[in-house]
Amino acid sequence: MCLAIPMRVTEVHGNPDDFSTSQIAVVDADGISREVRLDVVDHWPNVGDYVIVHAGFAIHSLIEEEALKNISLLKELAANMPQELLT
Amino acid sequence: MKYFDEYRDGSIARALVADLQKAVTRPMRIMEVCGSHTMAIFRNGIRSILPDGLELISGPGCPVCVTSASHMDAFIAMADRPGVRVAIFGDLFRVPGSKGSLANASSRGAKVDIVYSPMDALDLARKHPDDLIVFLGVGFETTTPTIAATILAAKNQNIRNFVVFSTQKTIPAPLTALLEDPALRLNGLLCPGHVSAIIGAGAYVPFAEKYKIACVIAGFETTDLLTSLILLARQIGAGEARVENTYGRVVAWEGNMRALKMVEEIFEPCDTEWRGLGCIPGSGLKIREKYREFDAEARLDIPLTPASEPKGCMCGNILKGINTPRECPLFGTRCSPASPVGPCMVSSEGTCAAFHKYGMDE
Ligand code: SF4
Repeated sequence: MCLAIPMRVTEVHGNPDDFSTSQIAVVDADGISREVRLDVVDHWPNVGDYVIVHAGFAIHSLIEEEALKNISLLKELAANMPQELLT
Repeated sequence: MKYFDEYRDGSIARALVADLQKAVTRPMRIMEVCGSHTMAIFRNGIRSILPDGLELISGPGCPVCVTSASHMDAFIAMADRPGVRVAIFGDLFRVPGSKGSLANASSRGAKVDIVYSPMDALDLARKHPDDLIVFLGVGFETTTPTIAATILAAKNQNIRNFVVFSTQKTIPAPLTALLEDPALRLNGLLCPGHVSAIIGAGAYVPFAEKYKIACVIAGFETTDLLTSLILLARQIGAGEARVENTYGRVVAWEGNMRALKMVEEIFEPCDTEWRGLGCIPGSGLKIREKYREFDAEARLDIPLTPASEPKGCMCGNILKGINTPRECPLFGTRCSPASPVGPCMVSSEGTCAAFHKYGMDE
């Protein structure tokens, strides 16, 4: 049920504070463009950010930097990580 | 994008597997709460590399699986009403009540539409002005805000032939019920990714404190899951019980305030029945009086009558982590994904379906 893949935002429409406007983003997922609702997204995204989508609604927006955040933790954890991955 | 490659990198995963072996220094039981995690763990082959001593138990986090037979009966009774068209997520279609499923209702002429988003149900309402569209709300904290937003949109757009039958549930309530049960002997919780994106990592602090249980929030990639299991094993090995979050790219400590506010506006807590777990006080969400016109139970008079579970099905015990699917005599014989007996086999996230798809030869 949970789609974990962040989708890239290409268009943003509507006013974050006014639910009577259509709060919609156009996202790109593997080359296919789709509309998602922004009514319950935690932070209003900008074009170029990423969103996590559930049942047609963006529930979370993130910038690329955040998407990479856990990787440093990963590398720290894998004590016997092959050397070439630690660069 | 670099992001995907790193989270799926095979050599990183192998290094993490070796770390996990080292971290499991004593027998430990960890529950993966969420059905999407159950599926991801099987799909990524994590179950087959678990170190001896680490036991993974599937929890109650499959929304279709915990929908009670009496709720299913009410759904079907509603679909059978003239002038009603029900809109559902696809997983619900074949779930058995005490007398058949929505699939059966549909084949005898009931109008049942499968939708991807609750917003699609609103489109149906526009397209079929003479039908009352009933969206069957089944889900946890991740789905509830999307339904709340849809109700608000219906109100703003003055759509009058759209209602929701809410069986929405919250995850912390059944966790409390499970942790109160000493028979389970749990040491750690692998906490859901997207439920936590809404309620926040901080929501698990009471569990870590009161039940001395290690809690780690995880994403859905192989490395997310392995990292989380390592942190859980290390906490348990060291006799600690804290909340850690390895899915920080999606889950904030305080959760998604916009979504929580939206839910608070539309819904209020109520008691609700869970398949296998019984009635759990305060674990459900019903539509507030102010939005009564969108409440299916207020608009249509639908009785909830006690209903029996499918004969011989052990889903109740499986949802509680007491039994595994293989201990059910019907598993793989009378009950399979092609002809399921219980909801844990119907739902693509159900534990029985996961064992059947990936774990037959384990
Ligand atoms: S195998 Fe089928 S009958 Fe047995 S518990 Fe699972 S869903 Fe129920």
